[in-house]
Amino acid sequence: MVLKVMSSNQAIAEAVKLAKPKVIPVYPITPQTTISEYLAKYVADGDINAEYIRVESEHSAISACLGASGTGVRVFTATSSQGLALMHEIIFAAAGLRAPIVMADANRALSAPLSIWNDQQDSISERDSGWMQIYAENGQEALDSVLMSYKVSENKEVLLPTMVCVDGFILTHTVDPVDVPDEEEVDKFLPDYNPEHAYLDPKRPMSIGTFTDPDYYMEARHDMEVAMEKAKAVISDVSQEFADTFGRKYDFIEKYRSEDADTILIAMGSICSTIKDVVDELREQGEKVGLVRVRVFRPFPVEEIYDAIKGASNVGVIDKNFSFSIGGVLHNNIKSMMDVNAAGFIVGLGGRDIKPSHIKEIVEKTNNPSDKPQWIGLNKEEQ
Amino acid sequence: MIEVRFHGRGGQGAVTAAEILAKAAFEDGKYCQAFPFFGVERRGAPVMAFTRIDDKPIRRRYQVYNPDYVVVLDDGLLEVVDVFSGIKEGGNVIINTNNGVENSNGVQINKIDATGIALDILGVPIVNTILLGAFAGVTGQVSIESLIKIINETFSGSVAEKNVKAAKMAYDAAKK
Repeated sequence: MVLKVMSSNQAIAEAVKLAKPKVIPVYPITPQTTISEYLAKYVADGDINAEYIRVESEHSAISACLGASGTGVRVFTATSSQGLALMHEIIFAAAGLRAPIVMADANRALSAPLSIWNDQQDSISERDSGWMQIYAENGQEALDSVLMSYKVSENKEVLLPTMVCVDGFILTHTVDPVDVPDEEEVDKFLPDYNPEHAYLDPKRPMSIGTFTDPDYYMEARHDMEVAMEKAKAVISDVSQEFADTFGRKYDFIEKYRSEDADTILIAMGSICSTIKDVVDELREQGEKVGLVRVRVFRPFPVEEIYDAIKGASNVGVIDKNFSFSIGGVLHNNIKSMMDVNAAGFIVGLGGRDIKPSHIKEIVEKTNNPSDKPQWIGLNKEEQ
Repeated sequence: MIEVRFHGRGGQGAVTAAEILAKAAFEDGKYCQAFPFFGVERRGAPVMAFTRIDDKPIRRRYQVYNPDYVVVLDDGLLEVVDVFSGIKEGGNVIINTNNGVENSNGVQINKIDATGIALDILGVPIVNTILLGAFAGVTGQVSIESLIKIINETFSGSVAEKNVKAAKMAYDAAKK
């Protein structure tokens, strides 16, 4: 293993180089831009043998991805925030047409007010699209997740696209050591994509994406839900195969010192690294605190999360997103699917930095919960 | 763990400096992390960048509020930003300046005319590698050999050569 110091954006571009997509339509947007720049360079230098399409918008980027995927080739794109919002129409179409696209999303707040900084409202707002969603904790996981995602998405039992989400700036622009896997090993783990069913080929004419009357639409959507359920077993298998090959194991959730914990925090993405430091600190002071990090958000790992938290007296769920009148979406999902009292916390919107003191405040408030979701880190107490 | 905060303006290379320092520390066998905080994305706007260096893997992902070291690329920022904010007791500031700098709360201040060196050797007022050379000389937290190696990997041709020369000059001056 040779570690190299790089940003998550570069790590994602390295993963794409190894995954060898044939078509890469990308439109740059902060903080995703360096992904598009690395990929443009790799294609220009001949390191990736792909068509790099400089599209005029994100709507075109995902449309080109869908069209190319429809011809049965592997594709990649990346976006962020307003770009993902502009893709919204085709995001649903891509899932419905069962195109195994892998896309990176550099998580960034949605306008207005205009912000280039991190939260997870952009991808969370696409949660019902039929895409699988992975929230990476660091650059290594972002790289590994791109490779695993192709294998899961392209599995004929699944055929749903995947969004690999990385926190804008906090990951996309942070450099730290990353292991870039060996090309030969990746080729064995992730061979070329060979579609079996619906793809466009002049020798075998067919239509994709046709009009569907009320006799068929529900079945098509139901098939997607069945595929999303089936994806769970595929994700487990692929994760195990990845671990066997590369030595890094990723489950639906990561349990950090949660087994005997009285108080468990649940969160997604890079904030979990800071939480782990706080958990260690509080453990040294004798507080039995733990973390459950949700890595796979769709399909939603109900059993895994419930198993991990059912023994705890207090559970606090941290969201970098907000649904009006409801609270954080992860919090809401957990409360609706599990028999558990969980306090909800909103943090880090629009790049508000999350310090250890905020995490300690959340632990304190989780142990003395209130009914309403609480906003942590507001300049004025407006709750 | 040591934590370093860089203050610069957009386009001056503070972010690159933070990354070069991280990579050089990694070359020395340490773990590292470097990241920027942009105010607004345009040339001239105040920018911060951060580097963390430790003997074990670094997890935390928030900004540096209590740095061991502060590096200031542009003394004009002293009027705009509190570059001394939160610096640890016994902390150390390395600042590119020709002027007197008012010392607040017992922080050690190391002044270097990096712009002069830059204009002399590089021909342009880009001071980031020069301040890194000074940082290595003042703090000993990174070796000049690793720093030179990473400068050579980051830039190419005569630009790399000149940056190495300038960094080495600042290093030697700081060591004295």
